[in-house]
Amino acid sequence: MTNALEITGLSKRYQLGQSASPDNIREVIAGWFRRPRNREKSQRKTLWALRDVSFNVPEGEVLGVVGRNGAGKSTLLKLLSGITHPTAGEIRVRGRVASLLEVGTGFHDELTGRENIYLNGSILGMPKREIDAKLDQIVDFAGVHDFIDTPIKRYSSGMKLRLGFAVAAHLDPDVLLVDEVLAVGDAEFQKKCLNAMDDLRSGGRTVLFVAHNMAAIENLCSRTLWIDAGRIRMDGPTHDVVQAYMASFATTQHGSADLEAIESRHGNGEARFTRIEFLDMDGSPLPVIRSGDRLRIRLHYRAFKPLRDVMVGINIHTELGTLLTASNNWATGDDIPYVERGDGYVDWVVDMLNLQPGRYYLSLWLGRWDNPQDVLKNCMTIDIESSDYYGSGRGIDSRFGLIFMPCRWEAGGRQ
Amino acid sequence: MNGSKVESGLGVVPTAAGGVADVDRVSDRTIPSDRAPGAADSRRERKIYVVRPTGFGRLAELWRFRELAFFLVWREVKIRYKQTILGAAWAVIQPLFAMIVFTVLFGRLARLPSEGIPYPVFYYAGLLPWTYFAAVLSGAGNSLIQNSQLVTKVYFPRVLLPAASAGAALLDFGIAALFLPLLMLLYGVPLGPGLLLIPVLTVPLALVALGVGLLLSALNVNYRDVKYVIPFLTQLWMFLTPVVYPVTLIPERLRPVAALNPLTGIVDAFRAAAVGQPISWQTLGPSLLVIAVVLAVGVTYFNRTERYFADVI
Repeated sequence: MTNALEITGLSKRYQLGQSASPDNIREVIAGWFRRPRNREKSQRKTLWALRDVSFNVPEGEVLGVVGRNGAGKSTLLKLLSGITHPTAGEIRVRGRVASLLEVGTGFHDELTGRENIYLNGSILGMPKREIDAKLDQIVDFAGVHDFIDTPIKRYSSGMKLRLGFAVAAHLDPDVLLVDEVLAVGDAEFQKKCLNAMDDLRSGGRTVLFVAHNMAAIENLCSRTLWIDAGRIRMDGPTHDVVQAYMASFATTQHGSADLEAIESRHGNGEARFTRIEFLDMDGSPLPVIRSGDRLRIRLHYRAFKPLRDVMVGINIHTELGTLLTASNNWATGDDIPYVERGDGYVDWVVDMLNLQPGRYYLSLWLGRWDNPQDVLKNCMTIDIESSDYYGSGRGIDSRFGLIFMPCRWEAGGRQ
Repeated sequence: MNGSKVESGLGVVPTAAGGVADVDRVSDRTIPSDRAPGAADSRRERKIYVVRPTGFGRLAELWRFRELAFFLVWREVKIRYKQTILGAAWAVIQPLFAMIVFTVLFGRLARLPSEGIPYPVFYYAGLLPWTYFAAVLSGAGNSLIQNSQLVTKVYFPRVLLPAASAGAALLDFGIAALFLPLLMLLYGVPLGPGLLLIPVLTVPLALVALGVGLLLSALNVNYRDVKYVIPFLTQLWMFLTPVVYPVTLIPERLRPVAALNPLTGIVDAFRAAAVGQPISWQTLGPSLLVIAVVLAVGVTYFNRTERYFADVI
C-alpha cells in the first residue's frame, strides 16, 4: 500500500528566552553589548517541541494522535500542514493537504455568509469552481439558509461555528489534518462533526486526527500515536494506545491514596484535595471494591480560606474515556453552605456500586464550574472486582457490559 | 478496518473534569469497513510534496495559490468601506483634502513654486502616487500581524498578505486617478496624451510600495517597533519626496542624491505626465534602479524569514 504521509526524523526546536527571540529593537541592541559568553549561554535555551519523529500513514488510514498538552501534537500538525518549518527531518506528502486547526479560519465579520464561504474555502485550499458546485450543500449543512446574505457579525456564535464546519466538511483533500475542532460546540453539533469525519474515512481519505476525546479517537481511528515530550511514546492499535495513555495519568491504589503530591491539577488553589479513602458504610477501609458494594468515598481537603456554597464532584470514566457518571452535591441537593478554613472531608456515599468488574478512572473537582478551587482529572484508577452479588455462585463479569442492574428473572406461565 | 469498534461508539467529551459531559451516540450507521481505502477516486493524480528544512520552490507555488490571492484582494476591497456613509468616495476625499490644505498652506501662504502648474493640479498629481504608497506602507506593513490568525492556522505563501494589501489599494488609486482629469479641466490645464503614461508609471510605483511593504511586514513580525515606525516614516518620507515642492527646488548638485529616493522619480514623472511635460530621465532613471534594488531586498528578506513567521508572530 502506498503511503500518503512519510515522516522521517522530524524535529522542531523552539528558542526560548529573551536574547534568543527579542521582541523589540531595544533588546536587539542591548544584545550586541552583552558579553559574548553570556549571549551564547542564553541562546542555548531551546526546547525540542518534536524530536526525531518518524512514522508513515498509508493512504486511507485515519491515524489518531494523543498526548498531553504541550507534548508536541499541535507542533506536529503545524509542521505537516507547512505552517511552520522543521528544524530537521523530512515530510513527504502524497496529494493535496488541508489542515483544519480551527473552524472558520479567516472569517470576516463584515462579510456575508456566502462571501465567507468563498473566503474560508479558498483559504482552506478549495478551488473556486469546487466552492461554486458545493455552495448549496454547504449552506444546507450549516442550516443558515435564511441568513446567507447577512453579514456574519449578525450571526450567533453557534451559527458561525456551523458555517465554519460546513465549509471544512466539504473539503476534498487527499490528506486531512484535524486538530481538536470537536472541542467546541454543543453535543448535537459535535455529533454532526464526527459523522462528517466518518464520511471522510469511508471516502478513503487519509486523516490525521488530534483530539482529547478518547471515545472519538477509538471510534474513528484504527491506529493511534501517543506523543510524549516531543517523541513517539507508542504507536499501535488505538485500543492499546488509548489504554496505556489513560493509565499514564493515574495511580492505582486501594484503601486510600495521597492526592497532595499530584501535580497535574488546576484550579484557583483556595482549597485542595489531600487524600481519598475507600470505606464501607461503617467507615472501615475497603481493601477490595466489588461490584454491588455499598461504598463510601471520603475526600479529604484542605481549605486555605473559609468557603461558601461548596461544590464537590466525582466523575467516573472507563478506560477508554467514556464518561459513566458525573455526580455532584449540587445535583443531589446536598448543599454545603459553609466550610471553615483548615482540613475537612466530604463523603460520597454510594448505596449500590452498579459497575461491572474492571478498571475505572476517577476525576475529582472542588468548586464551581467557572472558577474551580481544585480539579484533578483522571487522577486515579479503581479496580472493581467481580462479586457474587446474586448469591448464585456465578459472579458478575465484565463481558456483560459497563454497568449491571440489580434484577431478577421471573418465568411466566403459558398464555 | 475497525468495524468492531463501532458498537462501543459512545461519544464522550471529557473536556473539563468538573463539567457536565455529554454522552451521545456518535454513529448510528454501520461503516463500510471492507471498502478499499482510496477507492473513491484512485484516478486522481496525486502529486508528492516534500517538506524539508529548506522549503519549497516559490514561483510555481504562487501560481498554485492564485485563487487565494484573488480572494484576499477581494476581501480587502469588500471590507474597506463597509458601514461608511461616503464609501468609495473616501478614495478621492483623502488626497483631495490634503490637496486643499497644501494649496492654502504651501501654495498661497508659503508661495512655494509649482513650475507654472495651478497649485491644485500640482499637488493632486503628486499626492496621487504618494497616497497609494503611504496606504501600502501601512496596509502591507501591518498585514501579517493583523492576520496572525491566518498565519498560525493555515499554510499559504505569506507574501499573499502584503501583496493583497498592495493590490487592493490599487482600486482606491484608480478611483482617485479618475478625478485628476476633472481637476485639470476645472483649472484649465489641457488634457494631453501624457495622461496615458500614468497607468504605465503605476507599475514601478506598485512595485516599490510592495518592496518596502514586504520588508516592513517581515520586520514587523519580529519587531513590533515597526508598527510605530510606519506612520512617522511615512510622514518624514513625504517631505523628502517632491510632493509639496517641485524637484527644481532641490539644489542642482543634490538632485542625483534626491533621485535615489525611488519616490522622487515616480512623483516627478507622474506630475510631468499629467501636465504633458517631458519626463526627466535624470530623476526617473536612478529611481527605477533603486526600485529594483528595494524590491529585491524586500523579497529576499521576506523569503528568508517567512518560514519562521508562525513561530514568532
